[in-house]
Amino acid sequence: MIKFKNSEITPEKIYKNRRSFIKSVGLGASSIAMSTIPFANKSLASERDKLTSYKDITTYNNYYEFGTSKSDPYRNSQIFKTTPWDIAIEGEVEKPIKLSMEEISEMFISEERIYRLRCVEGWSMVIPWMGFSLSKLLSKVNPTNKAKFVEFESVYDPAQMKGQRYPVLNWPYNEGLRIDEAMHPLTTVVTGLYGKKLPNQNGAPLRIFIPWKYGFKSAKAIVKIKFVENMPTSSWMWASPREYGFYSNVNPNVDHPRWSQATERIIGEGVWAPRVKTLMFNGYGDEVASLYTGMDLKKYF
Amino acid sequence: MIKYFKPSIFILSTIPFLIIIYKIFFNELGPEPVKEITHFTGEWTLIFICLTLAMSPLKKLTNLNFWVKGRRMLGLFVFFYASLHLLTYVGIDYRFSWQPIFDDVVKKKYIFVGFAAWLLLIPLTLTSSQKMMLLLKQNWKKLHSLIYVIAILGSLHFIWLSKTIYFKPLIYFVIITILLFLRVNFKRIFNK
Repeated sequence: MIKFKNSEITPEKIYKNRRSFIKSVGLGASSIAMSTIPFANKSLASERDKLTSYKDITTYNNYYEFGTSKSDPYRNSQIFKTTPWDIAIEGEVEKPIKLSMEEISEMFISEERIYRLRCVEGWSMVIPWMGFSLSKLLSKVNPTNKAKFVEFESVYDPAQMKGQRYPVLNWPYNEGLRIDEAMHPLTTVVTGLYGKKLPNQNGAPLRIFIPWKYGFKSAKAIVKIKFVENMPTSSWMWASPREYGFYSNVNPNVDHPRWSQATERIIGEGVWAPRVKTLMFNGYGDEVASLYTGMDLKKYF
Repeated sequence: MIKYFKPSIFILSTIPFLIIIYKIFFNELGPEPVKEITHFTGEWTLIFICLTLAMSPLKKLTNLNFWVKGRRMLGLFVFFYASLHLLTYVGIDYRFSWQPIFDDVVKKKYIFVGFAAWLLLIPLTLTSSQKMMLLLKQNWKKLHSLIYVIAILGSLHFIWLSKTIYFKPLIYFVIITILLFLRVNFKRIFNK
């Protein structure tokens, strides 16, 4: 495990100041600094741009492996062991591989990627992740022509993850993407946030993040990536197929059967802050809408 | 002792309200404060429904009449907390934007039953006084058995909004079912 010295970690305040400095320098400098950050380039309402605090990002989590309440993951994940950690890439590939976390961090450089996170429950955050495009990792294998989907399997370790001792979901946590979704540059392998190593409660040591989909699509603590021929059944589809579809793209026009998805609350904005309108594809429509041309998104929710 | 019974119920019943006011003022509601207020007031509504329903079984069980003396006040607190709950949703969460609220009430069954339960509480609140009781005579009892319907709707409201974890909502459902069950007059049913 890489140990960070305290001095190496940028305090949140300085981090934020630095960011506002980068922004204030103007287009010339910022276009270089933020060319890899699609969201930051957009001029949206200032609320939507504002980074969620490190505290809220790391203490308000849906991570049922560590418990179903939002504060459980922070409380119950602190002694979770993330070393050693291997990730297998297998299934419909010519030659399956297994990579250790060390190998992965040597192979790929993590960059800052600020993305909005929209939870299916109707709240949102803006998170400065550290990561790289999943396509880079997937390019280490050659999929066979049968491969149509990519399946992600999270770790199963009930001894360390007390939430897994109860059948809340079909463990291990399972998610999936179509290959073109998985290869999209916005689909990110996350290794850190706020310039620090990824905290356990946020899915350490390695998770994915798909900014235009509801949060639960972004599986945490991944141990296996599998190319498959048929559409995988994710854990949430198992739990309630009527409510959670395979695509789960953020879509203000398609309600969850039990609640509206038209608006959202921004985390950390306080009691008197209004709801804001949810954006189609969480605001990433320019980049990803073409993946779904001709598809009835009401049917393929 | 009996003299202090009602005032103590009143004071105890305001405690949850004072707690939530304190938390709002001192910003102790966490990252999603509106949801916290909504859940808090909603759960206390259910607790007061259970307490209200528990009074007459307690009277039967202990053979003490004073339990029923607190029932009306507890019932009024059901309306109080239910109204705070509704006001949080309508006022703080949706800022009185009626279109999405109307859509929710019509389309989402958990909101529909919750709203229906609150509407049914209104006639009970309006007819809670001694005067109304005398005025309505035997109809009063019929009208106020609406609380059984309200209790069931309230518990369904909680079950239907839950994501996968039904544990807590089911506890309320079980408690309410037991409390309603205790009212069934089996002797009458079997002697028919």
